[in-house]
Amino acid sequence: MVGGAADRSGEKAEQFKKLALPHLDAVYTLARYLMRSASDADDAVQECYLRAFRHFDTFRGGPIKPWLMAILRNSCHDIYVDTTSLVYTRENIGEDTEATSANPMWREDSETPEQIVLRRHASETMRRLIDELPTEFRETIVLREINDLSYRDIATIIEVPIGTVMSRLARARVMLRDAWLATESGSECR
Amino acid sequence: MNCEEVTILLHALIDGELDAGNAREVEAHVEICPNCAAQLQNFQDLRKALMSSSLRFAAPKSLLARIEGKLPAPGVTRANRRSVIRSFAFGATASALAASGLLVIVMRADDQRNILGEVVSAHLRSLQAQHLTDVLSTDQHTVKPWFNGRLDVAPPVVDLTAQGFTLLGGRLDYVDAKPVAAIVYRRRVHVINLFCAPAPGEAARSAVMESRQGFNVRHWRENGINLWAVSDIAADELEEFGEKFEAALRQ
Repeated sequence: MVGGAADRSGEKAEQFKKLALPHLDAVYTLARYLMRSASDADDAVQECYLRAFRHFDTFRGGPIKPWLMAILRNSCHDIYVDTTSLVYTRENIGEDTEATSANPMWREDSETPEQIVLRRHASETMRRLIDELPTEFRETIVLREINDLSYRDIATIIEVPIGTVMSRLARARVMLRDAWLATESGSECR
Repeated sequence: MNCEEVTILLHALIDGELDAGNAREVEAHVEICPNCAAQLQNFQDLRKALMSSSLRFAAPKSLLARIEGKLPAPGVTRANRRSVIRSFAFGATASALAASGLLVIVMRADDQRNILGEVVSAHLRSLQAQHLTDVLSTDQHTVKPWFNGRLDVAPPVVDLTAQGFTLLGGRLDYVDAKPVAAIVYRRRVHVINLFCAPAPGEAARSAVMESRQGFNVRHWRENGINLWAVSDIAADELEEFGEKFEAALRQ
C-alpha cells in the first residue's frame, strides 16, 4: 500500500522467505534423490529458490511446497542436461497398463510380514535402494513417502494424471520391496 | 472389485487417498482374498520400514546462506496483527467463483496476511479439481479420526445434519503453506469446507462477520483453534451455521 519499490521488494523477499525457506530441507531432500550428488543437489536447490523468487509474483497462493517441488524438478532437469545425457529412461516406464498387467509384480514369498518387518534395516541401505530406482519411480516414491505429498500434488509436480501417479507408485513399491527383500535375505552373508 | 483393481487401489488405501466407498470395497476384498491381504500387509511393512528409516536430508547451512545472500535485503516492515482484518481481501478469482460454498477455517494466528486469498484459492481448488474430500463420510466418527497423524490438531467435526448442514467428509488442504483440515458440509446445494489448524495458547475470540465480493466470512476462535467461515450464502445463514456449530461443539 505505502512505501517505495525498495520496500516492496524487501517485503516480497520477506514474504517469500517466510513461505519458501521452511521447505528447504524437503526441497533439498528431493534434490539429493534426483541428482544423487550433494554438490549437484546444492546447485539445483539454489537455482530452484532463485527461480521461485523471480516468479514469486506468479505464485497463486495455496500450497507452496508442490510449487517449489515442480520448480526444483525443472532445475534438476536443466542441470542434468548440462552435465549428463539423460535422466529419464523411457524403456523403464511401464505407465498405466503395465502396472495392471497379469505379470506378477511381486514374488510369492514364503516369508511372513512379521519376519520382514522385524528385521533391522539400515537407513543407508534404504537410501541406496531408493537411489537405484529408475528416475520416474524414484521421484514418485520420494515425493510420496519422504516428502509426504498427496497424489494430487504429485500429479501436479510431475505433470502426469493421478492414475499415472498411482501406477508408478505401485510399481515403485514393488521394485523397492523386491530390492529390499533381496538385501534382507542376503544380509546374513555379510 | 477384483484382484487386478485391488492391486493398484491398495496403495491408495495405504496412502489414505481412497474415498470411503472404495476403501470399504478394497477392505472387503482383502478380507476374502488371502493373496491381496498378503500384498497389503507386505506394502504396509515396506511403508513402516521407510518411515522408520532416516531418509530425509538436511540442507547444509552454507546452502541456506548462499540462497539468502542472493535474495533482496529484508524489508523493514512486517504486518502486525491488526492488519489481519484489513487484509481480508479476496483475490480477483472470487468473481470467477460460480459454485457457491461455505468455508470454515481453523488455523494458526500468525501468517494471516493473505489468508482470505488463500482460502478462496483453496476453496476454488476443492471445487474445480474434483477433490472436495479425501475421506467421504457422513459419520463424524469416521471423518475426525482420519486426520490423526496428518495434522497436529484434532479438528472439530460435528454432525449438523439435523440442523440443515450435512456433513460430506474431510480433506487435507493447505492455507498459507501450512496443512489445515478442511471439513466439508453442505447446505442445500451449497458446499461447506471446514479448515482446521491450531492457535495454541490464544484466547477465545467471539465471531466477527465480514463480507467481500459476495462471500461472507465468519471468524472466531475457540479452544485454541482459529475458525474461519467463508460463504456466498446469506450472512444470516452463515451466522446460523456458526452458532449451531459452536453450540454442537459445546454439547
